[in-house]
Amino acid sequence: MADATAPYRIKGETGDWEVVIGLEVHAQVTSNAKLFSGAATAFGAEPNTQVSLVDAAMPGMLPVPNRECIRQAVRTGMALDAVINRWSRFDRKNYFYADLPQGYQISQLYHPLVGPGEVEILLDEKDENSVKQIGIERIHVEQDAGKLMHDQHPTMSYVDLNRSGVALMEIVSRPDMRSPAEAGAYLRKLRAILRYVGSCDGNMEEGSMRADVNVSVRKVGGELGTRTETKNVNSVRFVMAVIEHEARRQVELIEEGGEVAQETRLYDPDKNVTRTLRSKEDAHDYRYFPDPDLLPLELDEAFLEECRSSLPELPDAKRKRFEGLGISAYGASVLTAEVETARWFDGLLSAGAEPKQAANWTVAELFGALNRTGKSIDECPISPEEAAELLKLVADGTISGTIAKQVFEIMLETGDAPSKIVEERGLKQTSDTGAIDAEIDKILAANADKVEQYKAGKEALFGFFVGQTMKAMAGKANPGVVNERLRAKLG
Amino acid sequence: MSELTLKTITELREGFRGGDFSAREIAEAFNAAVVAGRQLNAYTVETPELALEAADAADRDRTTNSLKPLSGIPLGIKDLFATVGVDSTSGSNILKGFKPTYESTVSGNLKAAGAGMLGKLNMDEFAMGSSNETSAYGPVMSPWKRNDGGNAALTPGGSSGGSAAAVSAGLAPGVTGTDTGGSIRQPAAFTGISGIKPTYGRCSRWGIVAFASSLDQAGPMARTVRDCAIMLEAMAGFDPKDATSLNLPVPQWEAGLTTDLRGKKVGIPKEYRIDGVPDEINAIWDQGIEWLKDAGAEVVQISLPHTKYALPTYYIIAPAEASSNLARYDGVRYGLRDTPEGGNLDAMYAATRAAGFGAEVKRRIMIGTYVLSAGFYDAYFTKAQKVRTLIKRDFAEAFKQCDLILTPTAPSAAFGLNEKMADPLAMYLNDVFAVPASLAGLPAMSVPGGLDSQGLPLGIHLIGRELDEQGVLNAGLAIEERAGFTHRPKRWW
Repeated sequence: MADATAPYRIKGETGDWEVVIGLEVHAQVTSNAKLFSGAATAFGAEPNTQVSLVDAAMPGMLPVPNRECIRQAVRTGMALDAVINRWSRFDRKNYFYADLPQGYQISQLYHPLVGPGEVEILLDEKDENSVKQIGIERIHVEQDAGKLMHDQHPTMSYVDLNRSGVALMEIVSRPDMRSPAEAGAYLRKLRAILRYVGSCDGNMEEGSMRADVNVSVRKVGGELGTRTETKNVNSVRFVMAVIEHEARRQVELIEEGGEVAQETRLYDPDKNVTRTLRSKEDAHDYRYFPDPDLLPLELDEAFLEECRSSLPELPDAKRKRFEGLGISAYGASVLTAEVETARWFDGLLSAGAEPKQAANWTVAELFGALNRTGKSIDECPISPEEAAELLKLVADGTISGTIAKQVFEIMLETGDAPSKIVEERGLKQTSDTGAIDAEIDKILAANADKVEQYKAGKEALFGFFVGQTMKAMAGKANPGVVNERLRAKLG
Repeated sequence: MSELTLKTITELREGFRGGDFSAREIAEAFNAAVVAGRQLNAYTVETPELALEAADAADRDRTTNSLKPLSGIPLGIKDLFATVGVDSTSGSNILKGFKPTYESTVSGNLKAAGAGMLGKLNMDEFAMGSSNETSAYGPVMSPWKRNDGGNAALTPGGSSGGSAAAVSAGLAPGVTGTDTGGSIRQPAAFTGISGIKPTYGRCSRWGIVAFASSLDQAGPMARTVRDCAIMLEAMAGFDPKDATSLNLPVPQWEAGLTTDLRGKKVGIPKEYRIDGVPDEINAIWDQGIEWLKDAGAEVVQISLPHTKYALPTYYIIAPAEASSNLARYDGVRYGLRDTPEGGNLDAMYAATRAAGFGAEVKRRIMIGTYVLSAGFYDAYFTKAQKVRTLIKRDFAEAFKQCDLILTPTAPSAAFGLNEKMADPLAMYLNDVFAVPASLAGLPAMSVPGGLDSQGLPLGIHLIGRELDEQGVLNAGLAIEERAGFTHRPKRWW
């Protein structure tokens, strides 16, 4: 595999090209109600069942800002170390479309809620020094549109307004990314932060998070090229594919003597191509102006303080804390990548597990088992407390590591507590020298030839005697005691 | 015409409470007057059954001593207000047949206060007009005629033309209006009644079809200042469903009425003396000054230097907001839909809006779209917003020297139908005195001052400090007492 920190280059006919990437991420705010109406926001509901009079833009209806949506956007800004604008304002973006009942989207062009911030990404997740800062230009809050359904009737399109008015945060990055991998790392990191904060569930399949991908190419170190914007890309993998494809397309176009047009494109994941949606000439004149139905948003210190104090420990801080507990950089990175995992692991630590042992076990055993059974951490049948109990049984010598694996399997199957399993199935490790001595004596007697060879200097046979003893003891003998007794008897 | 329809809200309330007549008798009298007045075209929908229903409830409440502030009073509601189950079309073809499932906060407040509804009142389409001639239902006739022996049909003013005509002709004792740039005050002046636009935010805009959101305010129109105070108390109040609604208690305006203006300073803005305004307008203004002096007020000369920019500023901001507010009438969810054969979505929009909107509405949508367009936005909209701020500052400076401002309501008496329809600018000039207070969001009222030489009513205009409806009402009452305006249009319908 190539060095993850090496620059990404498109090899063209005329030399090496660099790609410049900026992302506009639309993240649906986690909230029970829409941005300006009391309507619910459940995903997957029957069409037009999550719609209020405001969402349908009935005559005389007015928007009223939902405090929770603003709060979540502010908390998100704080988590991205961004400037929070105490004074912001909503603007109307005017255009006609059947999924836009008001004939305008309420957004924030001139005075966004959140100003500049940044996201730290790791170019190589095993190397904590491979950090890069990706700048955030702004976050603004806006309404989502409804959805057209073209497959319901042979000659008509239907409109579903369930999403109409749902709160979105548009998180606009600076054009700081230089490779598909960086864009992927940025998106994953951003998603993790949003999920830690609880401001967005990050579910790209359900459309809770989608990205507009801005791509341009230039000769290394040259002037910025003309960018294209590929709209509504809904997975990390697709975003990376769009960048690869679009960068290559632009390089080929330029090298053939063409020019990149500033335009909006769409990605077709089935064919893995992007194609023109509309060119600059067809661009709408959105006639943005301040929404006269809404007063400017003014945030007071108490509100900001509540937002600040309700922020959880964020991925980077948690990773550093885990590393401080002696957990490897890789382990800490893996354990903090998803909020649910991190939460589960923190539970394991607070249940008293030793950090390094717990990290190794979680990454190797638990993740292995979850992968095998296709379960997420939220569906994990074992609680952190039970896992801590299991690790404690190993640490205090009650069971051996080998038996622990067995116990773990039984826990997964039955959901029983480890101590109960060990007790009921008699898996307790024995340090009873009498019983161990008796088995050792039998084995030495039955293998007199090997005892001779050992004594003649074939020390490798020691392992054989240990193995035989453990087998005879059904794995329950304390390996330390077995070792010690064998050495005594073999002289 | 029944005697009852000649009474004010105050008199009806007293007579009903005193047992002189029942609420049902009141409702029946007005229902009959509404039918008899159809020639005026004041109502677009008549709802006699709703008036009777509320009246019967009021009569029951009287027997149980549980009367509400407006028990027994039937009112007309401007068609801009959404009324549940009753056509609410804003005078437009594009909303023809639209029956809301919801009730506007203001009309709901009136109902909750015990008032009944006689019907929906004709108006300029989407409240855009000053003569009620842009209505899809045709113009409203003023009940007033010139005393020149001719029979010229006159405008009741607009956009609340149906409201003004109804009160003036005795087809309702009181009505709701809305005022974006004079739409309560100018028609009140033209028809010899009183009307007040309260401070922006006093009345909830929820359920009122939006024309220009930053300017729209509901207010009452009635025969007397006291009637306006009674109605406004019921209409106003904080509404969490309107983000621009003022979260303040509603003052007891009626109880606070006084005509003692000693200690009050009344400002006379020199910029309101404009060329081309008939002498009679200036004469009634001067008369108003004398009346207020007589009530104990001190008169001071003031300056509102940016007055001359108010009308152009208004005709940028209001159409800009309207162009966006009216985008929702697209044929997709309600109202008119016109789908040309073989046409796509854009064709449906174009056909629906071409068929559904009248000429004046289209003109304002185009102006508004233009002033918000890329390349023109700063030159027009941003500039207009800045001038608006200067106009507000003018008032703030003036109110350091005075408590109230007195001006004429309109630059002329009522004009004839079709007189100004061909000249939009002449039409827009009607609101030259009314618009500055709208841009500043201030409470303002028109009260009748007298008749001109043609026998037509002229209004006197009072502008108050933000939230000082009481000061405006008191000065209005002082003028009302002194003007002794008891003229009624001679019945010809």
